[in-house]
Amino acid sequence: MSFIREFGSYLPARVVGNEEMGARVGCDAEWIMNVSGIEERRFAAPEETVVDLALKAAEDCLQRARCEPRELGMVMVASGSAERQFPGPACSVANRLGLNSTPAIDLPMASAGSLFGMSLAARLASAYGNILVLGAEKMSSIILRQPMERGVAILFGDGAGACLVASDKGMARIIDSDIHTDGTFAEDLRLEDGKPLEMNGRSVILQASRKIPRSIDDLLRKHGCEAKDIDVFLMHQANQNLISRVAQALGVSDARFYSNIRRFGNTSSASMLIAAAEWAQQFGFTRGQTACFAGFGAGFNWGALLAQGAV
Amino acid sequence: MGRRETIIRIIREVSKKNVNPDADESLFDSGMLDSFALPDMVSALEKEFSVTIPDSDLNPRKFDSIARIDAYLESRS
Repeated sequence: MSFIREFGSYLPARVVGNEEMGARVGCDAEWIMNVSGIEERRFAAPEETVVDLALKAAEDCLQRARCEPRELGMVMVASGSAERQFPGPACSVANRLGLNSTPAIDLPMASAGSLFGMSLAARLASAYGNILVLGAEKMSSIILRQPMERGVAILFGDGAGACLVASDKGMARIIDSDIHTDGTFAEDLRLEDGKPLEMNGRSVILQASRKIPRSIDDLLRKHGCEAKDIDVFLMHQANQNLISRVAQALGVSDARFYSNIRRFGNTSSASMLIAAAEWAQQFGFTRGQTACFAGFGAGFNWGALLAQGAV
Repeated sequence: MGRRETIIRIIREVSKKNVNPDADESLFDSGMLDSFALPDMVSALEKEFSVTIPDSDLNPRKFDSIARIDAYLESRS
């Protein structure tokens, strides 16, 4: 058995609104809002790194959980925008937390990384104890590369999210998860060294709009419930239109899907945990309440995770 | 009603526009459909023609024009 003990997040201070973004990419603010549901996003300072962002989310999470770094049995960092190929950010985050022998694992997975991290942590917590899962992205360093694709550049922002998974106690019990990978369309969402992000939006939307609801439905059916039984959906914040489409496919109202994409844009692997942290701080789990997490990203990788309030 | 006529009807329903695309005209580049209409169109095709389209066949190019949709459905019949 494993539990969600706490969430945490960090958003850089600089707010980039659609007026500024539109001026940079050559479109108007209203168009950005209409195609994405995004009104503003955050950009990290030039000197801030993925490690810096992850560390701040980690500190926020550990402080909320009243957990010392030395109590961690493992650290996982999901990021698709890390500054170097290797070593990835996990070892540096662990080092800056004062951990020099605790295993720290990188999940170089854009968008779905934190969902995969939570799923793996849920299974590993019985062996490693407290596992800190982080999703951290500095997408601004990628989307402004030339030649800039405006339909891509408008979507993304920077930030980091955290989830502390424990084997013994927490605000919610992790009931089960369902994760998948299909490399058939790997070329449709990719980032080559030093090059702009390449995205075939039609392919991503087509695959995501079918795979996410299917994964959620399969997971819920396995546990004898349906989407209408779920109190809140905490999904990767890719695009408001996609979130609405997934809700529609599952036959539930958009209102069940917590959304903060309007304010933060798509922060890739960080987005689901940033949304979860914000939701937990505003509302939080009550005993028996159910939450379904879901993600989809480059690979394609996708899945869902079911949790139930334990306090 | 022939298959192409049925495809046009589905495109009109999904796009909520009384469009009349040429067989080889791109439904997306022409602005008749947007990216978020594509999943709706695929679902409608599955229902109308009683086929299950596997994810591995969901290359947007296969559904980019009436002629391509028709060819795909022909390959599945």
